Formats: sequence, structure tokens, C-alpha cells
Amino acid sequence: MTATPTPAVAEAAEERIDDGTTEIARQRYTEAKRAERKLGLTLVAPAVIVMLAVTAYPILYAIWLSLNQADLRKPDANKFIWFDNYITVLSSPIWWTAFGVTMLITVVSAFFELVLGMLLAIVMHRTLVGRGLVRTSALLPYAIVTVVAAFSWRFAWTADLGYLTPEGSAPLTKFGSSVAIIILAEIWKTVPFMALLLMAGLALVPEDLLKAASMDGASAWKRFWLVTVPLIKPAILVALLFRTLDAFRIFDNIFVLTSGANKTSSVSMVTYSNLIRGLNLGIGSAMSVLIFITTGIIAFLFIKLFGAAAPGADAEGRR
Amino acid sequence: MQPETTSRKLMWAGVNVLVLLYAFIPVLWLVALSLKDDKTLNDGNYVPVSPSGKNYSAIFSNSDFTRSLINSIGICVIATLVAIVLGTMAAYAIARLTFPGKRLIVAMALLVAMFPQIALVTPLFKIETTLRLFDTWPGLIIPYITFALPLAIYTLSAFFREIPWDLEKAAKMDGATPYQAFRQVITPLAMPGVFTTAILVFIACWNDFLFALSLTSTTNARTVPAAMSYFTGATTFEKPTGPIAAAAVVITIPILIFVLVFQRRIVAGLTSGAVKG
Repeated sequence: MTATPTPAVAEAAEERIDDGTTEIARQRYTEAKRAERKLGLTLVAPAVIVMLAVTAYPILYAIWLSLNQADLRKPDANKFIWFDNYITVLSSPIWWTAFGVTMLITVVSAFFELVLGMLLAIVMHRTLVGRGLVRTSALLPYAIVTVVAAFSWRFAWTADLGYLTPEGSAPLTKFGSSVAIIILAEIWKTVPFMALLLMAGLALVPEDLLKAASMDGASAWKRFWLVTVPLIKPAILVALLFRTLDAFRIFDNIFVLTSGANKTSSVSMVTYSNLIRGLNLGIGSAMSVLIFITTGIIAFLFIKLFGAAAPGADAEGRR
Repeated sequence: MQPETTSRKLMWAGVNVLVLLYAFIPVLWLVALSLKDDKTLNDGNYVPVSPSGKNYSAIFSNSDFTRSLINSIGICVIATLVAIVLGTMAAYAIARLTFPGKRLIVAMALLVAMFPQIALVTPLFKIETTLRLFDTWPGLIIPYITFALPLAIYTLSAFFREIPWDLEKAAKMDGATPYQAFRQVITPLAMPGVFTTAILVFIACWNDFLFALSLTSTTNARTVPAAMSYFTGATTFEKPTGPIAAAAVVITIPILIFVLVFQRRIVAGLTSGAVKG
């Protein structure tokens, strides 16, 4: 901000020699620019302050807490202990089991969501009849409260109670079937969201291009892989990035479906249990920081390796 | 051509029915459960044999539930209003004005959108306990606003780019200040987008479970999703299926109304903020 007046003044001085009116116009222009900047900064300030206060400050505080022994049950024993909390967490089988389960759920559900989401996107984009009806019903799983949907699945798979449970079995009491049901609940809820993101991409594929390909004898399958997919690759990557990060923080479904029984806890579940049952803020913060770092790594890999453009980041360039 | 289009229409109708079944089976299952009475609850049937409204009268005479319903509505409405006001201001600036640090702010909003909320639970628990915000309405409203802001800023700035801005220029030529142009010309034009964003933000707040669970300890501020997981049955180990199903149906009703009435707007809102080109 401070660098701009200097060249403006210099230029204005040059102008003064030839023509007085240009100088006035220029001054007005720079004044307008300055007013615009001021207004812009004033308008974004409250939102920025709130976001910084509620995310940046706590995460810094979490980093500090994670380097301390901070057990609410033993408040007198608080002291700075460097990376001991991290060592405790990273050498704990509970953490690594939860990490593995979270990764498994993330990868499997993101894969199925992409495939089914693409199918649903094509249906919503192409259907000849009842487009509004399809879109309305597809929005329901997106909009419904996750806990509500999770209870529906839980009751459906509870012995004696559920319409989906085979006679004499209790799928939510075993690891394999529990994880499968958790993934099912995740997929059901998020396929519509994925489909909407992909549909936005599909709407941008020029119809003429598909027609031309069709005239050249390309089958529907080929048209999809050779025309549509390359064109909507940015939409696919953004949708995948969002979903991967979202799936990685899975909590609600697991809490309701299994409460983390039979080793089905996710990293979020383990951190929550540690806070509520363990009341150990140091360990909990170390886990928080580790989750934060993992999320960062996932986002970095997506953006650097696959070239996923952050949505909105280059919106100006495109417009 | 005629028979071909008819058969294609039939094919699409069949596909549409599949989508309908996909979306509604789990939801209607909760409705069915909520209408079952104690005797038929465990019969494993999808359709209730003798529907009764007993579970609904039970939850509405339970003060824990009614209190959590008031909490949910109050907290989500306030959080939505504040997030929309702050988000509108920021989105207008991002869509329309040139100022330093704009890209940084957009990147920051993106970071917050992708932020793992659980990473905040431990520090926020500690901070809110210290500030006496723990287990209060503001204690939930503040994090809700924070996580609603990126959604609001993205969706709104996408809507704002579609507005005919020549009108703003005309207003400025007629002597309006940038603020007046914002307040008197653009705001009315922007209302549909703002309204859509408000629905999306409300849905997001309504859905929250993690903060509601970790940052409350009594019915003082506990919202319905969290309260549902605390419902107790005859014994502590038994979850009261009927009342939970009834509560689930009750908090799904506003969502269902939004989706039915504002389908077009919600689709436009979700897709506009997300991907362009």
C-alpha cells in the first residue's frame, strides 16, 4: 500500500509540466483507487478477523499445548515437555489403527463416490423427463443431517430391528461389516454433492463437440472417455480433493454407527474420545496438529501432483 | 423417431425411479420406525403395521428435546444471519473491488473450508472454558460462523459476478458513493443469491454434530443432533429407537421443505461456487 504513492506522485509531477487537467484527472483517479482499496479492506476485515480468531489462533494454541503436559485431571503437573506427546501418540497402536481405518474409509468412499457421483451427474444432466424431480430427490441425502442418516443406517442394520439385517446376525458388531456400513453411509450421503459438482463441469462440455465426435463414429463410451473426461478434469479433481479432505475428518457416522467399537474409530473419533474421556489436552492437541498436518499434505499432493486448481483461486483470470 | 424417443423416455423414467428410491428409502425408514409402536417395533418390517403418533407426543413432552430444538433453531438462525452479513461484505469486495491481499483472503477462505474441525475441538474446548463460552449459545455460534464464512464467501462472490454491474456505474455517475452504490443498487439485485446462500449456510449449521457434542455439556446449548445421541431408553444400554426416529424426522422436515421449495436455487448455489471452467 505504501509503495504506490511514490510513482504516482512522480508521474503527476511530470504531467504538471504539459497539462494541468490531466493531473487533476489523475489525482481523482488515484483518490478513487485509494477509496476503493479502503472500502475493500474494510468490507473483508470482519470476515477475515473471525476466521483468523477461530482457526489460526486455536491451531497455534494447539501447537503450544501439544508441547506441554496438559492433563485436566492433574492441573498442577503442567510443564513444557517438547515432543513427548507426539512420541506417545505416534508410538500408540490406537492412533495407527485409527489412521489406517480413516485412510481406508477415505480411499474406498472417495472412489465409489466419484464413480456413482459421475453416474448421477449424467442422469441429472441428461434425463429427458422429470429433471426437477430427480434433482430434488438427489438433494435430500446432501441436505439431511448426517446424524439422522446415520441413525437410519444403524437401525436398518440392527439385529431384529432392521429391514436390511439378515436373520440372526449383527453386522455392527464386527469390524469388517461395520466398516462396510460406515462406508455405505458416507457414500449415500455424499454422492449427490459429488454429482452436483460434476454436473457443473458437464454443463460446460460443448454439445457440438460431442455431436462431432458422434458423427466421426465415436461410441458413447469413447465420447465419455475421450471428450467429456478430459474437459471436466478440473471439476473431477476439485470434487475429489474436497471429498478426500471431508472423508478424512469423518466423525458423525462412526460416532452413531459404532461409537468406535471393534477398532472402527477414525482419527477424529480418537481425538474426541481423548478429550472427553481422557481430558488430556496435551495428547489431544498433538493429535489435532497431526490431523492438521495430514490434511495439509493431502491438499498439497492434490494441488501439486494432479494440478487440482483451488476453486475460486484463479476466478479472476477466467472471467 | 417417435417410438425411439418414447422408449428413451421410458428408460429415463426407470432411471429416475432408481434415484428416487435411492434418496427416499433410508428417509422413509425413519418415518416408518417413528410410527411403529412398542409391539411392532422389532418386527423387522419396512412398513409399520399399526401406525401411531405416540413417539411424537413423547418427544414433544420431553423438555430435553424441545429445549434442544429451540437451541438448534436459535443458534443456526443467528449464525446464518451473522455469516451472511459478513460474507456478503467480503464477497462484494472480492467480486468487485481491487485491493491488496485479495488472493490471500480467497486462499484463506479455502483453507478454512478444508480445515479439519476436530483439530479445533481440543483448543476451542480449553479457550471456551477459560472465556466462559463453553456450553453457551455464543460458544457454538462463533465456530458455526467461522465454518460458514468460506461457503458464504465463495457462493456469494460467484453470484455477485453475475450481477449487471453497469447499473452500479450508472449510480456512481449520478453521484452515488461506492457505499451508496453497494447499499441501494446492488443489494436488491443480490438478494436472490444472498437468500440461496443463507439456505446453504443454514443447512451446514443444522448438520453440525462435532462442535455441538464437544462444546456443550448440558441442555443449555445442546442442539438436536447432539441431544439425539444422549436420548436414553429403559436401560442405559438400550437406545430408544422410536423417539430417536421421531426426533430425526422432526429435524428433517425443515430440510425437506428447503429442498422441495428451493431445489433450483440450491443446485445453482452449490454449483456456482464450486467449479467454473
